[in-house]
Amino acid sequence: MKKKSSPLYNVILALVYIFMYAPLLVMVFFSFNESKSTSVFTGFSFKWYVELFSNSDIMEALRNTLVLAVLSSLIATVIGTIAAYGIYRTRNNFVSSSFMTVTNIPMMNPDIVTGVSLMLLFVFVGRLIGANTSLNFFTLLIAHITFNIPYVILNVLPKLRQTDVRLYEAALDLGCTPRQAFFNVMMPAINPGIVSGLLMSFTLSLDDFVISYYTSSGFQTLPIKIFSMTKRIVKPDMYALSSIIFVTILLLLITINILQMKGEAKPAKK
Amino acid sequence: MKRKGTTALLNTPYAVWSTIFIVVPLFIVMYYAFTDNNGAFTLENIKNLGNYTDIFTISILYSLIATLITIIIAYPFAYAMTKKSVSSQKMQMMLIMLPMWMNLLIRTYSWLNILERNGLINNFLGLFGLEPLKMIGTPGAVILGMVYNYLPYMILPIYTVLSKIDPTLLEAAEDLGCSSFQKMIRLIIPMSMPGVVSGIAMVFVPSVSTFYISQKLGDGKVMLIGDVIERQIQMNHYDVGASISLVLMVMILISMAIMNRFSDADGGVVV
Repeated sequence: MKKKSSPLYNVILALVYIFMYAPLLVMVFFSFNESKSTSVFTGFSFKWYVELFSNSDIMEALRNTLVLAVLSSLIATVIGTIAAYGIYRTRNNFVSSSFMTVTNIPMMNPDIVTGVSLMLLFVFVGRLIGANTSLNFFTLLIAHITFNIPYVILNVLPKLRQTDVRLYEAALDLGCTPRQAFFNVMMPAINPGIVSGLLMSFTLSLDDFVISYYTSSGFQTLPIKIFSMTKRIVKPDMYALSSIIFVTILLLLITINILQMKGEAKPAKK
Repeated sequence: MKRKGTTALLNTPYAVWSTIFIVVPLFIVMYYAFTDNNGAFTLENIKNLGNYTDIFTISILYSLIATLITIIIAYPFAYAMTKKSVSSQKMQMMLIMLPMWMNLLIRTYSWLNILERNGLINNFLGLFGLEPLKMIGTPGAVILGMVYNYLPYMILPIYTVLSKIDPTLLEAAEDLGCSSFQKMIRLIIPMSMPGVVSGIAMVFVPSVSTFYISQKLGDGKVMLIGDVIERQIQMNHYDVGASISLVLMVMILISMAIMNRFSDADGGVVV
C-alpha cells in the first residue's frame, strides 16, 4: 500500500537535486572549455586550471583566506569556550540572559548590518586617532572573531548543560583543584562541542564575503577576489577555481561522513 | 566567595569583547544615522528615508515571494526525504549541505551562465530559431537567485522537525481512523510548524538584505535595500548608509520578536 506513493517521492527528490546541482555542474563542465566562452563548448582542455595555479593573485588570496580562517577560528574558540563556561556558572539570571541576548545579535542581524556597523566603528576610531586608513588585516580579524564567537558559545553551552555537575563536584571532593577538575573532567565531556564550534567558525570564516567586504581593505580573501573577478567579464579560470572548491568540499564532506560512520560503528561493536 | 570571583573572571573577556565589537557598533550606527557630516545632531537622514519607501517595499515583497517559494519546494522535499532509509537520509543531508558550503558568489554567478543573453537557455532556444529571452535584469531572476541560494536553509529545519515526529503517533492516528489527508492536516503540518518558522527567518533575513544577487542577476536594474546601503557606503555617505541599516535592523528585530511569539506557543524554534 505505502510503496505505491514511493515513485512520487523520488520524482520530488530528483527534481530538487537537479535544480540544486545543475548550475554548479554546468560551471564544472565549462571550466574544461578550450576557448574563453562560458556558454559554447569548443573542446576539452586543462588550460584554465594551469592559468589558475599560475595566477599569483589568486594563490595569495587563498593563502590569506586560510591564515584568517585559522587565526579567527582558534581565537574565537578560546574566547567562546571561556565565555560559555562563564555563562554556565553564572547564577545571576539577568547577567546570563543579557549575555545570551548580546550573543544572538550577530546571528540575527543581516551580515550587511554587522559589516557596516563594524566598519563604522573602525572608521570612527580611526578618525579619532587620526589614522589615514582605518581598515587593515586586524580589523578584518576582529570582525571574523566577532561573528564566530556566538557559534562557539552555542555549540559549547549545550554540552556543558548536558554534563553532570556531580562529576565536577566529585572531582573536587577527591582533591582536584577547580582548574584540574575543569581540564580533566569537564573538558573531555564538552570537547565535541568545542570541536564542532571550531569547525563551524573555520568554515564560516572561509566562506564569508559580506562582512569581510566592509571591514578589510588591501588584504584580499578568496571571496573578495571572486567578487572582483565577477565584476568584469568572467573567464573560465573563475569556473576552474569554483570547481576546485566544489571538489574539495565534496571530499571533505565524504570524509566527515565516513569518520562519523566509523565513530558510530565502534560503540556498537562493544 | 571564591566561586563568584572565578565566574566573574571567566566572564570578563567576552563581556569586554562583546561590548566593544557588538554593542558599541550598534550605537555608532545610531550616531551616524542621527548626525550630519560635522557631527551635529540632525533628523535629516531619517526624514530622507522616505525616498527609499519603494525600495523597501520591493525588497520585502521579493523576499516574501522567495520565502514562500522555498517553503513550497522545501516542504514536500523534506517530507519525501523522511520516507527514505536512514543511510539514504544521511547521504541526502550531505547533498543538501554541499551547495551551502559553496560560496554565495559562486552559487549566484553559476546562474548567470544559464540565464544570460548568450547563455545556455537562449542558446538552446536559438536551435529552434526562437528569439532570445531577456531573463537577467528581471525581478524573476533575482527571486530565483534568492530561492536557489537559501533553499537549503529551509529544507534543513523542516527536515529536522519532520524526522523527529514519533511514528507511533501517526500509527495511533491511523488506528483511530484518520485518513492520510487528515493525518497531514491535523498532525504532521501543525507539528512541523516550528521548523517552518525558523526556516522563514533563515531565508527571509539574508534575502531582504542581499546585494550581490540583485547586482548580478538583477543587472543593476533591480535595486534592493542591500544595494542602496552598499552604494551609499561606497560613496562614503556613511550617514545615509547607517540610517538605512538602522531601519533594516529594527525591521528584522521586530519581525523576529513577532515570530518568536508565534513559535513559543508550540514549543520553541528549532534552529
